[in-house]
Amino acid sequence: MSSRVLSYEEKETWIHDLSGVSKLIFFLLWSITAMLSYDTRILLIMIVGSLIIYKMSKTEWRQVGTVFKFILFFLTVNLIAIFFFSPYQGTLIYGTKTVICHLFGNYDVTKEQLFYELNVMMKYLTVVPSVFMFITTTNPSEFAASLNKIGVSYKAGYALALTLRYIPDVQDDFKKIKNAQEARGIDMSGKATFRKRIKNVTAIIFPLVFSSMDRIDVIANAMELRGFGKNKKRTWYSARPLKAGDYGVIIFAVVFCTIALFITFKDGSRFYNPFN
Amino acid sequence: MEPIIEFKDFTFKYRSQTEPTLKHINLTINKGEKILIVGPSGSGKSTLAHCINGLVPFSYSGEIDGEYYVGGKNPKDLGIFGLSKIVGTVLQDTDGQFVGLTVAEDIAFVLENDCVDLQKMKDKVAELAGKVEIKKLLTNAPGELSGGQKQRVSMAGVMIDDVDVLLFDEPLANLDPATGKTAIELIDELSKDNDRTIIIIEHRLEDALWRDVDRIIVVGDGEIIADTTPDELLCEDILEREGIREPLYITALKHAGCKVTSDTHPMHIESMDISGYSDTVNKWFKKITLPEPKEKTKKVLEIKDLDFEYNKGTPVLKDINFDIYEGEMLSIVGKNGAGKSTLSNLICGFIKPDRGQIKLYGEDISGLSVKERGERIGLVMQNPNQMISKAMIYDEVALGLTVRGVPEEEIKERVYETLKICGLYPFRNWPISALSFGQKKRVTIASILVMNPEIIILDEPTAGQDYRHYTEIMEFLKRINSERGITIAMITHDMHLMLEYTDRAVVIADGVLLADTTPADVLTDETVSAKAYLKKTSLYDLAVKSGIDEPTKFVECFIYEDRLKREEAVN
Repeated sequence: MSSRVLSYEEKETWIHDLSGVSKLIFFLLWSITAMLSYDTRILLIMIVGSLIIYKMSKTEWRQVGTVFKFILFFLTVNLIAIFFFSPYQGTLIYGTKTVICHLFGNYDVTKEQLFYELNVMMKYLTVVPSVFMFITTTNPSEFAASLNKIGVSYKAGYALALTLRYIPDVQDDFKKIKNAQEARGIDMSGKATFRKRIKNVTAIIFPLVFSSMDRIDVIANAMELRGFGKNKKRTWYSARPLKAGDYGVIIFAVVFCTIALFITFKDGSRFYNPFN
Repeated sequence: MEPIIEFKDFTFKYRSQTEPTLKHINLTINKGEKILIVGPSGSGKSTLAHCINGLVPFSYSGEIDGEYYVGGKNPKDLGIFGLSKIVGTVLQDTDGQFVGLTVAEDIAFVLENDCVDLQKMKDKVAELAGKVEIKKLLTNAPGELSGGQKQRVSMAGVMIDDVDVLLFDEPLANLDPATGKTAIELIDELSKDNDRTIIIIEHRLEDALWRDVDRIIVVGDGEIIADTTPDELLCEDILEREGIREPLYITALKHAGCKVTSDTHPMHIESMDISGYSDTVNKWFKKITLPEPKEKTKKVLEIKDLDFEYNKGTPVLKDINFDIYEGEMLSIVGKNGAGKSTLSNLICGFIKPDRGQIKLYGEDISGLSVKERGERIGLVMQNPNQMISKAMIYDEVALGLTVRGVPEEEIKERVYETLKICGLYPFRNWPISALSFGQKKRVTIASILVMNPEIIILDEPTAGQDYRHYTEIMEFLKRINSERGITIAMITHDMHLMLEYTDRAVVIADGVLLADTTPADVLTDETVSAKAYLKKTSLYDLAVKSGIDEPTKFVECFIYEDRLKREEAVN
């Protein structure tokens, strides 16, 4: 069968070997830092770091390609929107105004604005590969176990793992239903107009929801019959004890992010200003 | 003998219903017994099972009258978790039962919930996996397992808790006949372990009786109709009355005019003493003259040299060649994953063949889109919930015409006509949610039929249906086949369907066409039926035991007679 988008695949790399907990901690700290910092130097280092990790995790393009394109599309829309809604955000932040050319009305293209948007783009590009890395290298049930370990209730953790467990099944259902409805004449291809396609999607969503509801009922019973929810705690078959490498990763993440945030905020603003 | 489950004048009514589902049940099951509970859909047999495992009243609430005990204790005091320590349930839907992301995790699920530590869990999982022979699969995901393997995982998952009672809820429903046979063997093995009590709920009596059971309990309309040994039960007419299919060899003996008695041990054809019946059977066989086989009509569909693979180097279908003739009812059989569904996907155009041709009435259809093919080749999916997208019956049936821009007046006319044929006309303004599963199935067939296709392909039309609903659906298909002359191809592993309703079977195993012949031929040929994960029909054994040297012809004769009897019954 064709491989599934954004799903865990077992491979032999040191990243796959890490416990889900350390990867989760790394991923959270890494993302928070990338969100907070507008320090171009830091972001640049982080992008390079992200790419190295992505490469090392042996994640393949077919696993993430579609999603990446989608994110890229979103990013582009986002960048254009920022420009049109606040064309002088960069000037506001960096305090100078270096006009490159005039567009129309009161829209000027300024170096500051371009630089600001470059930073926004870098944030995305820092976070995205690490998200991919995390999802494709972490066994979903180990992920649930990790969530539980850092304090999330095991029921919530398991719900998430179950969702991941059923994504392939729902994808298969979706394909089957789509095929059958297409045979009945409900056009989902590019030939139909956009409005029609949206309307036709309901012809797939309805059956998909109903057949998924049947599933949920069965699964809820199966879990209850096997004692799920009996105790306040539970153990995890897929839990992995932390090893030296895990501590290394956690320590690295904490140290790196502390330094990165320290450098970012040192001069009182989280923006790195090359215009002074 | 020590009772493990006891019902005393037990009545249960679901909260949402006005009438009780179980009425005055008196039943004792002893430790170490192996019990088979049979009954048609809606008889209350599943509710009885739910009372034993605690889903009633803890998940499905209602009113209980009378007393009942599980493991000597009152279930009310035990709660669903307490009960789960005594009764382990293997659900019908092994897919749904599979909660873990891998085999090992799923087996360990109970232990995880009991906070057992990691090392102990791993040891226990390895032990149980060995017991049900799935050790090599521990790291596999559910999607990579066959139905039979999933069921083994489920069994290991409930046995890991050392439960006293194993409850199997329709264990055969999702398995092909050969896998079902091994499942019954495995259950039998488990029943020999230390005083374990086994309860099997199933309506496929013949398959369930592949191995001995101590008692059969027949449930009908919320009451216990019979509680007796298999040998006794098979001699009475309770099964027929309650709408449960009796074993085929028993039906054949009855057709031949024999009166089966319990001293011949009719539980298994293999060990039954038929010496007293063989003369009668022989005489009956000689009396029947088969009609001439129908002449082949025009070819509707021609499949020529078809090859297909998802991944390079692993062909799913290879060199498939066969034709489907006008007005035919044909079965396409083979084990799950043998490529049957891939074949229907190719015919409908959802995927493209790597090589070969599909012709519809002599015309190559490779250029036709899915939608264009859909007007001429109708596909009915196994689960009606996967097709129904409208709230009202009329709208659902009209959908295919509406999207094709057929004028309103014509739609109305065609939909009404189709609804009449399908026996749904009185319900035309009903919401679909008010229909039963079988009626929903009809709606999906109607929604295909309304487009006047030249051929209909049905995927497992009778899966999960009891005898009554099976007969209802199949008789309906037979009627539209003969009245509208529509060609019908069915993908199935239901051996009864093959025998009783189709004249030709195309067998696909491991991606190649293994046989294209009569169902009687397939089901009397040990090699072919084994490769297709079917099993030899018990009629064959009956013929051989009676000293008939043309067992295949005997099966054909039986089918012929049986159809005549069926037609009499319908008219």
